Amino acid sequence: MSMADAEPGEARSGEASHPGNALGGGPEVSAARAMALVVRRELRLSFRRPEQVLQPLVFFLIVTTLFPLGLSLQLSLLRDMAPGVLWVAALLSSLLSLDALFKSDADDGTLDQLALSGQSLTAIVVAKTAAHWLVSGAALVLVSPLVGVALGIPVAIFPTLLGSLALGTLSLSWLGAIGAGLTVGLKRGNVLVSLVVLPLAMPLLIFGAGATDRAAAGISSAGALYLLGSLCVFTCTLAPFAAAAALRITLEG
Amino acid sequence: MDSAPQGLTIEKIHVWRGDRHVLKGVSLALSPGELLQVAGPNGTGKTTLLRVACGLLRPDQGGVAWCGRPIAGIRPQFQSALVYAAHEPALKGDLTALENLRYLVGLRRSVRTAELEAALERTGVAACAQLPVRVLSAGQRRRVALARVLAMRSPLWMLDEPFTNLDAAGSALVTDLLREHVSGGGSALVVAHHEIVLSARLRRLELQG
Repeated sequence: MSMADAEPGEARSGEASHPGNALGGGPEVSAARAMALVVRRELRLSFRRPEQVLQPLVFFLIVTTLFPLGLSLQLSLLRDMAPGVLWVAALLSSLLSLDALFKSDADDGTLDQLALSGQSLTAIVVAKTAAHWLVSGAALVLVSPLVGVALGIPVAIFPTLLGSLALGTLSLSWLGAIGAGLTVGLKRGNVLVSLVVLPLAMPLLIFGAGATDRAAAGISSAGALYLLGSLCVFTCTLAPFAAAAALRITLEG
Repeated sequence: MDSAPQGLTIEKIHVWRGDRHVLKGVSLALSPGELLQVAGPNGTGKTTLLRVACGLLRPDQGGVAWCGRPIAGIRPQFQSALVYAAHEPALKGDLTALENLRYLVGLRRSVRTAELEAALERTGVAACAQLPVRVLSAGQRRRVALARVLAMRSPLWMLDEPFTNLDAAGSALVTDLLREHVSGGGSALVVAHHEIVLSARLRRLELQG
């Protein structure tokens, strides 16, 4: 992989300028540049289809606002349940968008082109998942203070809430990438993605809601947050390889 | 068997899809400056052969080699040398023709907009460069996909039914592009029912059911 690809001076105009059929090097474009390109493409596609981005967010908002309505007269109960409610809603709404991670690319043949781009499939999976988190997980983290206020969560624990949600949704995106990679070849894979991902996501839910709970009770939430952080690092480093392998199996099968 | 160190060789590949024995020991060799047309009735594994040839599908038996080396060991180099145009054009409806090209070709090599516009011009869809692909007709999409093949500048073309949805002028364009590519030292593996009229080296492989 050469770094000289940024040079605009390589003016090879005219026909038949390819280097012949000899065994050449890999792609001219470095993996980092390729990943940046994939992220840009994903973000642009998301902004052209805002309803796909908004759907999980609206689901998150609706589910969390239904709880205060259902438990109207018991504010103390609501306040106790709020972290759990918020976390379950975040988990489910993240799952909602995850099965589509590779689906549209697989349906229109783009996935084949990405797999044949000469770039490593792992790099492409990393870029796609990161872009997906930016428009789903990060957006969810940003609207969660709104929900927190509605559920009566004290403002003092918002930093813990936002931090735990950020780590949790990021880990969940990586886990979801594995599930999405495994089920991309199936006609109706979305239920299967949930079945594959939800058991793996239980530690995230337990420690995420736990961190927020502890902060609300005035106890240090550092332990739970550290655990969440380590889970995040674990999934960030290993899941891309697993997801790329899953995708390759689906492609070759 | 041509055992030239250059070009693509496929050695006795077998592919089963479930119980169906789709490819039964197909072998072929493709040297630079050569076009191989794969023909045969529907369902005889032409697309499967193409997918095996570009490494998207692993054959159950046999192997594919590029420049005399099995492609499994030289994946990035092999992939950088080939461009595959599947039956579906692999374009995003929400992106413009130009964006579609930029994002796919850009993974392979750094490419300037002018170059992509020139490719679109060559395939006769320059006017659609800034339009979202979803508003284009099937034939125009096919032409945009052809522009992608051109812009990749790969020595090895693998085209699945490139004549589909194209008018007479479009079919003539594909033939012209193939002729230029092959006479420039490139090689092409083309699945087509259409008779390809080419003065250059053209061979046909008939697949039977």
